[in-house]
Amino acid sequence: MAYSDKLVDHYENPRNVGAMEKGSEDVGTGLVGAPACGDVMKLQIKVTEDGIIEDAKFKTFGCGSAIASSSLVTEWVKGKTLDEAGEIKNTHIADELALPPVKIHCSVLAEDAIKAAITDYKTKRGKKAAE
Amino acid sequence: MPNTVTLKKREMPIYLDYQATTPADPRVVEAMLPYFSEKFGNPHSSSHAYGWEAEEAVEKARAQIASLIGADPKEIIITSGATESNNLALKGVASFYKEKKNHIITVVTEHKCVLDTCRHLEQEGFDVTYLSVQENGLIDLKQLEEAMTDKTLMVSIMAVNNEIGVIQPIKEIGAMCRARKIFFHTDAAQAAGKIPLDVNEMNIDLMSISGHKLYAPMGIGALFVRKRPRVRLHASINGGGQERGMRSGTLPTPLCVGLGEACELAEKELGAETERLRMLRDKFYDKITCGLKETYLNGDFENRVPGNLNISFAYVEGEGLMMGIKDLCVSSGSACTSASLEPSYVLRALGVEEELAHTSLRIGIGRFTTEEEVTYAADRIIAEVTRLRELSPLWEMAQEGIDIKSIEWAEH
Repeated sequence: MAYSDKLVDHYENPRNVGAMEKGSEDVGTGLVGAPACGDVMKLQIKVTEDGIIEDAKFKTFGCGSAIASSSLVTEWVKGKTLDEAGEIKNTHIADELALPPVKIHCSVLAEDAIKAAITDYKTKRGKKAAE
Repeated sequence: MPNTVTLKKREMPIYLDYQATTPADPRVVEAMLPYFSEKFGNPHSSSHAYGWEAEEAVEKARAQIASLIGADPKEIIITSGATESNNLALKGVASFYKEKKNHIITVVTEHKCVLDTCRHLEQEGFDVTYLSVQENGLIDLKQLEEAMTDKTLMVSIMAVNNEIGVIQPIKEIGAMCRARKIFFHTDAAQAAGKIPLDVNEMNIDLMSISGHKLYAPMGIGALFVRKRPRVRLHASINGGGQERGMRSGTLPTPLCVGLGEACELAEKELGAETERLRMLRDKFYDKITCGLKETYLNGDFENRVPGNLNISFAYVEGEGLMMGIKDLCVSSGSACTSASLEPSYVLRALGVEEELAHTSLRIGIGRFTTEEEVTYAADRIIAEVTRLRELSPLWEMAQEGIDIKSIEWAEH
């Protein structure tokens, strides 16, 4: 299976690898996938008071396509508002990396990871507002 | 004739997938060459010199094959490979004796060509018992004994597993079968030429051999069919009655010569090669276990061919790992490398948890593997596993002391 240059580049030089303080109020964490299925993505976003994603980090257990998909979305979400980031679709990711059909699920997982991180952040903020 | 055939060095990754296939040994190719051109006769043409010459070559090959497993040349049926041999053994014997007995015993970790043939026989009305294996990949002889009934026609158990390299207790199985007058078939595709085999000492009635797993070309194999006590079978391929009527079709003289030569070389070099491979295997494995924490060997270490290692590198997915070690040719038990998206059924049968099955690599070394190559391969794998663990959320959790099993994962 031949992968695109972009995909290989993200796999070999993944962007924004790392972890943020999970408990921090301005951090949203999305953890999706399952070890038994062969892929797990952890995607974290750091959000400013005005609702802009100023930083993103990821760690992924999975194949090259899964690693590249999550690396790519950390680049994409930076500088976006939460709503804009929430509009990223798996098809955008799949197109950008030219994922082969059997790897489409990796892009779906990356989309789920962003959504989960946004939801986590919003839940935290909601709780804080309620306090 | 000058030695014209050598393995040319090319800009290719290092080959560590000897259980998938082996290159034909240059000496094997050398022996075959004349039979493509000047000695082109049909070995079944009994009326002229071209035929006699080819027949003589085929019969020499048959004797070489027989010698490797302690059989009589007349007991060797040439086939196209182990898949055909396994099909012929199982279907042929089942069909011949179906009025008398209708039960077959095999093992869940067999090669797909045995399992699929057994499924087919089930549809034809046979009862098949699929024995499970222990955690080390070996069968439990007691379980085998309990599965045997007076309806049991045949036991089919592979000598060496293709994924995990474990060696089943063939001699013990053979003795148990003989005592109960049950036919014993063994798929020895991964065993012939790798471990000592003797069909009489081991009471084997049928044995499948593959050419391309022992440095002969693809497209040739053999089935040993015992003459005394006689095993009878119905042919799958009908025609001119070649191979004692069990497998019609013109024998491919060059391929037969290749398989014969490969068997002779394997027999001659078995002892020294086993030692050399064991040394390389140990060197590789020691390096890996010293360089990395949390690696798990799949399958028994002691009862194993020296050319195989199957290792789970916890927290790093196998396909992702293979992409990082592009300069090494290995295979993985990860779901992502198979069409089915299910992790290896062999590893699952051992009770290896799915998350660990996803992290496994099979490393196969063989006749042309060098010490330099295994050292390099081990270093590359250590470096890449280390890099990918830094990228792995599961590794991070493990380092923080979080039990991955305590998390409710959304299985997708």
